[in-house]
Amino acid sequence: MRVRVPVWCAWFVVMTGCAAAPPGPLVSYRIESDAINQPLAAPGDAARGRDVLMGRESNCLLCHAVPETGARFMGNIAPSLSGVAGRLSEGQLRLRIVDLARLNRDTVMPSYYRTEGLSRVAPAYRGKPILSAQQIEDVVAYLRTLQ
Amino acid sequence: MQSDDFSNPGMLWVARGEKLWMTPAGGSGKSCATCHTEASQGMKGVATRYPAMDPGSARLVNIEGRINLCRARHQQVEAFQYESEELLALTAYVAHQSRGMPVKIEIDAQNRRHFDRGRDLYNRRIGQMNLSCAQCHDQNWGKKLLTDTISQGHGNAYPIYRLEWQNAGSLHRRFRNCLYGVRAELLPAGSAEFLDLELFLAWRARGLPLETPGVRR
Repeated sequence: MRVRVPVWCAWFVVMTGCAAAPPGPLVSYRIESDAINQPLAAPGDAARGRDVLMGRESNCLLCHAVPETGARFMGNIAPSLSGVAGRLSEGQLRLRIVDLARLNRDTVMPSYYRTEGLSRVAPAYRGKPILSAQQIEDVVAYLRTLQ
Repeated sequence: MQSDDFSNPGMLWVARGEKLWMTPAGGSGKSCATCHTEASQGMKGVATRYPAMDPGSARLVNIEGRINLCRARHQQVEAFQYESEELLALTAYVAHQSRGMPVKIEIDAQNRRHFDRGRDLYNRRIGQMNLSCAQCHDQNWGKKLLTDTISQGHGNAYPIYRLEWQNAGSLHRRFRNCLYGVRAELLPAGSAEFLDLELFLAWRARGLPLETPGVRR
């Protein structure tokens, strides 16, 4: 069966397909205490989230151990995320990925959904968050499976 | 691998540098040896004091820059390209003459401005990853970044032979690797900002023995 897709949709895929996230304004969000309780995008998909977490766009495993992934090599700069769903709520996880610097200014953790207040960003990444809103929802969904 | 000169690949660049040291270049017909004679005498300890201010131009220069100034002023020949085999070889040869001697950098009225800028750059968070040099190399050295042990970020073994590169390379090439990693704007090797950073790192490494040519993973 042939699925008809509008032309503008193909254009969108071509223009954004090679970038981590489409340029443009970020989805706004509200911080309540130490959490972002409202999702930034459609409900996350845990399987996709695992791929994002293990991939080179996010580089999560460079610093964090996540033994549940089965990855052979993982860093130890940041805390292990093993069983993290038992320690942090969905909203707490979301804020920690989006912009942990809001809670700890000196953190070594990059802000994954922020484009302001950065300096000397390479042209290829300028104005773009490290992950898209949907990718963050997917990662949150995956982390929530780590009981 | 580094401590055995027969298995240290960096020694190939030192040997090539020795040859270049003896070879006349440019309109002057002079070689490095014409003025400096024996490098083992004249160059001993020099690299422990670099980067240093060049009195003629009031500019901060590293060993690479000093070699190119000599080529322009005394040999009347064009500069070597930064990161060229020739410049890496001569730099390795010159720095090698100080192997085992402690880095000895002093900050004074002449180089203070460069030092301050270098320290600022070292501590400034940059790039999409928003990381400073200090966050990895002061606060997290010894830990694992995936499989790599984070170093203390010292420059006292450069030029090095790096297994990842399968080649020799300069400290500035290594700087560019880090900038790429944090997704920051790449500065050119030999740029003023890299020289400032090199000065700060040399000051930070004072007392450590020069190791040129180092071998790194």
